[in-house]
Amino acid sequence: MAELLEFRNVTKVYSRGLLSRTSTTALNNVSLKLDENEPTVLTVAGESGSGKTTLAMLLLGFIPPTAGQILYKGQDIRRLRGDDRMTFRREVQAVFQDPFAVFNPFYTVDHLLTVPIDRFKLAKSRQEARDKMVEALTAVGLHPDDILGRFPHQLSGGQRQRINVARALLLKPRLLVADEPVSMVDASLRASILETLRGLQRNYGVSIIYITHDLTTAYHIAKSIIVLYRGVVMEAGDVDSVIKHPQHPYTRLLIDSIPWPDINRHWGETEIKAKESELSDYGAGCKFLARCPFAMEKCQTLPPLFRLSEHQAASCYLYDQHQPIESERLSELLPV
Amino acid sequence: MTNILEWTLTEASSDRAMNPVLQVVDLQVSYYTDAGRARALDGVSLTLNPGEKLGLVGESGSGKSTMALAMMRMIKPPGRIEGGRVIVDAADLTALSEEDMLKARLSKIAYIPQGAMNSLNPVMQIGAQMVDAIQAHNTQAPKADMEERCRQALESVDLKRGVFKMFAHELSGGMKQRVCIAIGILLKPKVIICDEPTSALDVVTQRQVMETIDRVQKQIGAAVILIGHDMGLMAQFVDKVAVMYTGRLMEVSTVKEMFTDPKHPYAKALINSLPSLDNKGVFQGIPGLAPALLRLPGGCTFHPRCPHVMEVCKTVRPNLETLPGGRQVACYLYSEKA
Repeated sequence: MAELLEFRNVTKVYSRGLLSRTSTTALNNVSLKLDENEPTVLTVAGESGSGKTTLAMLLLGFIPPTAGQILYKGQDIRRLRGDDRMTFRREVQAVFQDPFAVFNPFYTVDHLLTVPIDRFKLAKSRQEARDKMVEALTAVGLHPDDILGRFPHQLSGGQRQRINVARALLLKPRLLVADEPVSMVDASLRASILETLRGLQRNYGVSIIYITHDLTTAYHIAKSIIVLYRGVVMEAGDVDSVIKHPQHPYTRLLIDSIPWPDINRHWGETEIKAKESELSDYGAGCKFLARCPFAMEKCQTLPPLFRLSEHQAASCYLYDQHQPIESERLSELLPV
Repeated sequence: MTNILEWTLTEASSDRAMNPVLQVVDLQVSYYTDAGRARALDGVSLTLNPGEKLGLVGESGSGKSTMALAMMRMIKPPGRIEGGRVIVDAADLTALSEEDMLKARLSKIAYIPQGAMNSLNPVMQIGAQMVDAIQAHNTQAPKADMEERCRQALESVDLKRGVFKMFAHELSGGMKQRVCIAIGILLKPKVIICDEPTSALDVVTQRQVMETIDRVQKQIGAAVILIGHDMGLMAQFVDKVAVMYTGRLMEVSTVKEMFTDPKHPYAKALINSLPSLDNKGVFQGIPGLAPALLRLPGGCTFHPRCPHVMEVCKTVRPNLETLPGGRQVACYLYSEKA
């Protein structure tokens, strides 16, 4: 099997200042593989500061990793040049969080679609370019007549976000990085955007890395999930197992804090030990130590991932009766 | 269960002629733009009892934030309150002079804003901003008393007393939102309006902040209006839900009725669009788009998207009518006129 994308022990450290020793490890030794032939939807979940956006930035090649390598089709993305680099740029696309900020208010929305067509020479004539735009917009459930020729301020947030998806689709990507694509859209529009994304994976064979803090939407769209906390993988596996039967105390806390739209399901059965104002743990041990209600002596050293079942593992000593699994083999836990 | 119990309690006591703490009567707000007049609020009426928690939900542009600002009399031009009354604790806020309204804010009705990040003064200590708020209402209070009161308010929202001497940039998002809550409850208002207080926070912090609001609200016995579009948050927090659409109320029900048996087709669609753990992979959006306020359809504004649309819906606007049992719905499906 050929890897579309591979993270090899990637670490990203943000240092503050030249002489200062203070630095933040945004991503700590993450290894990950996505298969080229089996498109999947992988969720990367976590709170702010968990490193999920850093992961997206690294993957898109916007920032270099501090250690480790990111390979696209077997080539280090930092070393791609010329045509290879253009191919990478075309085949790996992104949809970002804020549908209001990515548009230039001076241009009609056509601009956002024509630029990539020109840049990657996707069309030979104006008519062909227009056909491609119409096709992409229709694929995301928009009526091209309502959209083309309009200015961004004339469209709703949901429409704009779908144009972003259409733009990505236009380029026939192999991999789409969606960084909180629905967090700024109304609940009623969320469903249609998520449906659009899932259609991309099913009908166009695009692999999607869905980055979010919202585990409810993650559950509905993804096959597998990685839960990050302060740059460390806390729990990973099949999305059904992780969300329905979370094992790591952090995942349990996260899932217990979701306000379910169900009056029979109550908020807050897990005890939250520490207040958010008292968090200051950047030690070598488990990153969740300061907030964990089950903290033990041995948590002072970073726990490995313990494999709980074929498709679930948690980085927590509560499960040390299970076999540990090397972080390089993380992908084995993730079903496609 | 507690929510339901409390609701029946408040309802039972309201039978014994409990005075509502807030009455909004036929509130009208319009924004005047170059393209015409946008009716952001079109005849909204609400009643709230002491200690009651009401959720105001709607999509963006439905008028829920305008509602909050209108109740605070903080609508800025080109917007204007064009009619209706907001009665808090027997005083009509719309009839007060500017000076009296200044006094009424915080002491009768308080507002906890959406972006706590941008609501605090970055160059003033937290404590100084809180003391400012008290001084605006009571210039006579001794300084030591005021400071003590502020520190107590900070403690009541789970912040350390030391936050008094800190600046906004030294606090996390959740802590800033707590400071806003502390300022909101400083003068023990009768009504607290929370405008999406946790939309910028992580789920865990969100839960902690909502628990704090719940606790202080019970302590001071204030009624709360929670504005937002997160139905999950509503299910977990409020007693009563009001669904807004294009500046009008579509349905007002208890939280239990709303989530188990919504009546209005729009409320039904909203509830059905919610993700749950049972129906994996089923996404049910609401077909169509919310209309622009400048070009509202005639009759019921939801009729172009409604699966049960009838002839009458296209021409005559349905009134918000009370059904047996006390819930209110603005829809001809439940009225005898149709």
